[in-house]
Formats: sequence, structure tokens, C-alpha cells
Amino acid sequence: MATVLKTDTPAPQSPHALKWVGTRPIRPDGVDKVTGRAKFGADLILSGMLVGKVLRSPHPHARIRSIDTSKAEALPGVKAVVTHDDFHDLPSEFVPAGEMLVNYRDMVRNVMAREKALYEGHPVAAVAATSAQIARQALKLIEVDYEPLPHVIDVVEAMRDDAPVLHDDLFTAGVEPPPTKPSNVAKRVEFAIGDTEAGFAEADLVVERTFDTKPVHQGYIEPHACVASVSEDGQAELWCSTQGQFLVRSHCAKLLGMDISAIRVTASEIGGGFGGKTVVYLEPLAMALARKSHHPVKMVMSRDEVFQASGPTSGANVWVKIGATRHGRITAAEAVLKYQAGAFQGGPIQPGCMAAFAPYDLANVKVVGFDVVSNRPKVAAYRAPGAPISEFAVECVIDELAKELEIDPIEFRLENAAKEGTRAAYGPKFGPIGLIDTLRKIKESEHYRTPLGPNQGRGIASGFWFNIGGETSASINVNEDGTVTLMAGTPDIGGSRASSCLMAAEALGIDYDKVRPIIADTSSLGYTFLTGGSRATFSNGLAVNEAAQQVIKEMCARAARFWEIPADAVTWEDGMAKPAGANAGDFEPLSFAELAKMAGKTGGPIGGHAHLNAQGAGPSFGTHLVDLEVDQETGRVTILRYTVAQDAGKAVHPAYVEGQYQGGAVQGIGWALNEEYIYGPDGRLQNPGFLDYRMPVASDVPMIDTVIVEVANPRHPFGVRGVGETPIVPPMAAIANAMEQATGIRFTELPMSPPKVLKALEAANGAG
Amino acid sequence: MAKIHVTTTVNGDAVEFLCDPEQTLLDVLRDELELTGSKEGCASGDCGACSVMLDGRLVCACLVLGAEAEGRGVETIEGMATGDELHPLQRKFLEHAALQCGVCTPGFLIAAKALLEKNPDPSETEVRYWLAGNLCRCTGYDKIVRAVLDAATEMRGS
Repeated sequence: MATVLKTDTPAPQSPHALKWVGTRPIRPDGVDKVTGRAKFGADLILSGMLVGKVLRSPHPHARIRSIDTSKAEALPGVKAVVTHDDFHDLPSEFVPAGEMLVNYRDMVRNVMAREKALYEGHPVAAVAATSAQIARQALKLIEVDYEPLPHVIDVVEAMRDDAPVLHDDLFTAGVEPPPTKPSNVAKRVEFAIGDTEAGFAEADLVVERTFDTKPVHQGYIEPHACVASVSEDGQAELWCSTQGQFLVRSHCAKLLGMDISAIRVTASEIGGGFGGKTVVYLEPLAMALARKSHHPVKMVMSRDEVFQASGPTSGANVWVKIGATRHGRITAAEAVLKYQAGAFQGGPIQPGCMAAFAPYDLANVKVVGFDVVSNRPKVAAYRAPGAPISEFAVECVIDELAKELEIDPIEFRLENAAKEGTRAAYGPKFGPIGLIDTLRKIKESEHYRTPLGPNQGRGIASGFWFNIGGETSASINVNEDGTVTLMAGTPDIGGSRASSCLMAAEALGIDYDKVRPIIADTSSLGYTFLTGGSRATFSNGLAVNEAAQQVIKEMCARAARFWEIPADAVTWEDGMAKPAGANAGDFEPLSFAELAKMAGKTGGPIGGHAHLNAQGAGPSFGTHLVDLEVDQETGRVTILRYTVAQDAGKAVHPAYVEGQYQGGAVQGIGWALNEEYIYGPDGRLQNPGFLDYRMPVASDVPMIDTVIVEVANPRHPFGVRGVGETPIVPPMAAIANAMEQATGIRFTELPMSPPKVLKALEAANGAG
Repeated sequence: MAKIHVTTTVNGDAVEFLCDPEQTLLDVLRDELELTGSKEGCASGDCGACSVMLDGRLVCACLVLGAEAEGRGVETIEGMATGDELHPLQRKFLEHAALQCGVCTPGFLIAAKALLEKNPDPSETEVRYWLAGNLCRCTGYDKIVRAVLDAATEMRGS
């Protein structure tokens, strides 16, 4: 089958014709990662490198009267000290960063406190010294005069009229008339379709509940780390662990008042991010210290610092009300979401509201959301930011309705499920989507039919995430021997080099092992948005395919020149140029490798370079099924069995797609059962370490079974949707629903940790 | 503060280094010997990313002082492959896609190797409990456990 030689439209591939996409080869960066060779953020060593450390506020809320760094500066071995005086104040300006917005006025204050320290761990100064010991000593010599202020941690308390106000200039947006008094409520958002009042009037059953969730951390194993170097003429190089080197570049340029072209950012290997490495913390500080000291500066966060001062996701208070007919058709749904934003506005309230009822085809919906600041670290994106919280609450209420109406929970969801043509409450009409397929796969599974024992329960829940595209560049350079070098701009956080190479091999018609990838630095490739929003494989597929089509077009032109026939008389089949039409069979086909070898003589090097804004991302839906057992004596919950079914569109490397499903499910298990930020009355975080912030370990979980559903995304050359985020949406509700079956208790507060479960069991037994 | 002179063996090679009395073995490996394959995830012994073998015993290098390496043998991830040959565990981790970001992988490989040296035929539960000292946030452990069990089967066969 001839490949269409058009570069402006994707070449649709028949799934039967695929040779590489859908296979499971070894990832190109694999050997480096099993031998210790791969260089992560903290692994770069430069000669003359200094160690940078941060002084952080011990107070959750305090005015900074003055900072005296003179003693620290006088300490031998200290080469530079920076405070807020080293950063210009910036006006309020929102810019996109992943699925969240950032405001430079707030960002410059978050990386270095100015007027006030707004959370425990908020940076107030940073030093660079010749050793870690000297840097630590220097921090102790910095004198900060604080005026401690009353603080507020909880979201509902922060919304009260008498709550301590964090920002004197923060007036709630989105309410009429505009308030005249500042508050901690940054904005109110609302999405509505239809008439919920009329809808509830048609319902035979209405269930409403209020839920509480706690902030949870992304929990990447690699702490934030970077090395900055600024030359005497102001040219900077920055090496860092990030999900987006191009965003780091623009943020640093803005905060440090530099030209974008003066900063070259190289993304190191990244040891996990999950959204938490889409923002800057250390990078501008290291740059400022390097600029001041004229030495390279390495900065690495400790685990305490990661917990205290890098973004968890919001904790929240969520109210949900859903009405349904006795036949199980939902007539109306409402929700009010109150999300913590941390110390600065801009939590994931918008996507939280938009995602809340997205899995369902509903006529009457109203969702109201509030973005609320309090004395906690500013939240950062975490895997489907906002959606796991709102969908947790909705999926619990759905389950309760199904139970009350004595309808199978899968049948109830099927009755109301969004499908192709459904208009989502947040606006768009869905194209082909796979929610119904995932529900059916779960219903047909052997897992759904196995009997349960005493104290055991089974729960299901569905989930949705939008997925995004965005600005993407990719280059394919054809080497003299017919191998190719593929340049992508998205840091490889979980196998995207492999998926990009598979798509390049597929599009070019050459072997996978002939394609070697690099993740390019910001000076080597055009602007590329970050790895996030489940966009890397989706967007790279579009860019790689376009670059590949350019290569093929050029190769055909070279063959035509060699054969002395018109360029349009050459077709590309099976990785070879062949004469076509009147010339068919006149010449022996020329292979990709042969054309590469003769490139120098037929017109020069051959390459393809795509720069595009990837459109047409397809939402991904999933359904999770879990069995668990509750220990009546301790309140401990054991996950016995777990199955994930999710629509991938097309699984380019199925093993890494399964890995996303499994990893997301286990993060969700942690969110459901154990993980939480615990603050004392003093406003200080009590569990900033892996011992007390208990993420799941291998002995906490079973194997995670996966079912990959493939409803192709028609707007992608290989049908890809993006898969990384949806898997963290359903687990909390699936587990809460299973808990209800096992115990008869509806848990509305996360995490369902042993002390809370035990208390609930005792209360229920006492009442019984 | 005077530095301590330490003579030790790392991955079979005789090594000498100077370290501060409070410097951990992990810091020595990474900063003095430039063996950055062992990672610091927590510096408190909770994540296992810095797992190394010390005289045949699995330890967190962040909980051992550099000075304690005197006269002993240290094995790190950099010494796990032999020439061109990956260790069966390294190969099985790749074949099973048992890593996503890869930062916990060196620690898991060292810990899994220690397990298979003690117990060549572990059950799934034994693998899960042995590896409970190593945190992975990406994979959900499924493919890691499968890779270890598969490597054990292959190693028993050879």
C-alpha cells in the first residue's frame, strides 16, 4: 500500500498494516537505566561546582521584616547569597504550564518569599558554598526578622469571613457584584447545562453527600535537582530534572530578566514527575546563585523539602447531589467543589469542575467550584489534576444510587454512559470514545464473577480525563548508513522514547533498531511543550509522522532524480522508493538505506523537521474493579484483586501502556487508603518523609490486571489518545464502593486509613 | 575537621578515598567516586534507591558512613553487568518493561539480586516482602515482581 505523500495531513494507517506500532521492543534508553549509566538531575558533576542550599521559613504565615545575610556572606567558602532582592517583582500575568496556569507575580514569590512567608518551608534565602557543610552553616548565619501571623490550613476554615487573609490584594473573581473585601477565595467558577431544579423534580431518588479529601503528593522518587552555570557574558546553561525544559527556560528568563536565547536548558533523565515537575522551584535560585558567584551551582532538595515546599495536589471539600428515575436514568446532577490552591491561587478547580460528570450523558448539570488559598505549599499538577477529587465524589454517589435502586452498578453506568455524540456538560461533543467498552470488558471479566469471602467487598468506578496536545517539534535526521536520529523535546518519563521510535519506524518503513532518539535541549530543537496532559506520545506521533513524511517525500524526489523520471512517478512502499505509473517496473526499487548512502550526491543531507500545534487529542475513559478485605480488628484494608480497563485509542507500546494503568491504579490505592498531609495546630507538616507519608510498597498490592481497549482516535495517524492520567481517577471511588460492600459503611473521607476505618467499624458495631 | 583515609573494594577494584567523618557511603560513592548509579531518594533509609551490597549484605548506602567501608567490599549497580553481558535481572527488567522513569531501578536490581542469592526460588509474596524496602512510584510493582520471578526461573535453569 502506497503511503500518501502529503505532509499537511496525517496518513491514516490501517491497523492490520502496522509492523512496529503495537509491539513491545526494549526501550532505547533501557540499558542505561539498568546499569546506573543514566544521568538524572543530581548526577551531573561539573568542575568548580558549588553546592546551593535554601533557607526556608519555619512559620506557616509571617511577615518578613528584614533579612540580614552579612554574616553568612562573610563565612569562608560562601560564594553567593540571594534573597528576594535578587529577583525583580513581576506583574500579575497568567500563562499556561501543563494543565494548570501560573502567574509570574506569584511564581516569583513562591520561589523566594517577598513580603510574607506563606507556608512552612517557603524559601527566604539561598546560599552557594564550596561544600554542603559550609552551605548549611551559612544558612544558620542568616538572620530573618519574622512577625508571625495567624495561619489557616483547612479549606473550609480558609473560606470563613474571619479567617486570616493571606493576600491583601486577592478579591474573589467570578462573583457579582465584585467583592470590596479581600479574602482567601480566589475565584468562583460555574458550569451548567439544562435545568437541574426541573431535573431533580423528575427523579424518583435523590442522593446527596459531602466528601473530604486530603492533599497528596506526587511522590516521585527523585527529588528536584539542577545544575546551573552562567558565564561572564550572561550566557546560561541549566541542567535539571523537569517535565518541560522549554517551560523552565521561559520561566527562568522571566524571573531573572534574561533573553530566552541566553538560556540553554537540558532535561536530565527524570525520576518521576506526575505533574509535580512542571513548575520551577530550585532552577531560578541556582541560576541567580550561579550568576552571582560565577561558578556552576548544584541544588538538590532533601525529601523533607520536597514534601514541605513542592506541590502536592489539592485537598478538598466536595458536595454532590444526583437524582435518578427508578429505571436508573440520571435526571439531574449538581456539585460544589472547594479546592485548596495552597499559598497562591490557581489550583485545579477548573478541570475538577469540568471532569466531574464527564463520563455521563446528562441533560441537567450544575457544577460550582471555588479556588481557595491557605498556608500550605502551592499545589502543582498531579496526574489528571482536579479530576480524581471530583470524580471520586460523583462515583461514590452513583454507586449509592445504583444500590438503592437495586440496579447492577455497571448496568447503571451503562444506562447513563457518555458515548459518541454526547455533549459533555463542559461544552464539547465527544467523538468516538471507549467508556461503554471498558464497562463491558469489566462486566465480562472473570474477576467480576468470582465469589467473595467474609469481610470482603467489590467496587467499581469509572473515570475520565481530557488529554491535551500542544506545541511540538520533532526532527528526523537521516544518517549516511540509513540509520536515523530522532529528536524529541518531551522528557521521557515512562517510555516515550520507545513509542516515538516505534512511530518513526512505522512511518518511515525501517526497523525500530535503526532509529535512535535523543531528548533535545532547548537550543537544539524548536519549542516543545512539556511532558504532561498525557500528550507526549499523542503529540510526538503527529510531529514524528509529519517529519517522516517530509523524509519520504525527499527520498522519492532523490530516487526520481537518480532515475531521471518525474518526482510524482515515484511511490514509497515498504521502506523503498519504487517507480510507478508508466515507469512501473523499469527500475529496481531503491531502499531507504541506499537512498541515504547516495544523499550526498543526489542533493545533500536528508531530514524532516516538524513544528506544529497538536490538535485533536482524544479523551480517555477507564473503569476499575477492585476486591478488598477489611480487617475488623485493626481497620487495615488489603487489596485482594484489581483490574483496570481503559481506552488507549492505540497502544503504541502496550507494555508501557499497561505500566501507566498499573502505576496509576497503585497511586490511587495510596490516595484512597494511606496518603495524606498531616498538619499540627502550629501549621507545620508533621509527616514530611516516606516513613510517615506512607506510599504503597510492593507487599501492599497485588498484581494489577489490565485490559487495553482500543477505540482509535480518528485525529491521530496511529489512533493514539494518551493514557497516563485517567488511571488515577477511578481508584478512590472503586475502593470506597468496595468498602461499603465489605462493611456497610459509606466512607466519605480520604484516606480510609486504619485508624479511621477502625473508628467507623467500632461506631457501627456499637450502634448495632 | 580532618578527613579520614579509607581503603576499600568497590565492584572488585581496590579503591582509596578521603571522606569527612559524617559523610555517608552514598555521598562518597556519588560525590567522591563519581558512581552516581546509586540514587538518593530520601536519605533516611525509607526508599531503597541507594541499595548497595556491603560484604554481601544488602544495605541502604545513605545509612552507612563512608568510613565504615574500610577493609570491606562494596557492590553497586555499576558492577552488576559483566562485560557485554547484562545480569539476568537487568535483562528481565528490560524485557518486562519493569521500569518507567528508572530512578528506583538500580536499587531494585541490587535488592532483587540479594534476594535471589539467598532464595533462588522465591514465591510472589516473598518477592513482594523482600522488595518492600524499595519504593517505586511509577509501575505499581506488577512488572517488577514478574521480572524478578522470571529472572529467578531462568537463573535456576542455567
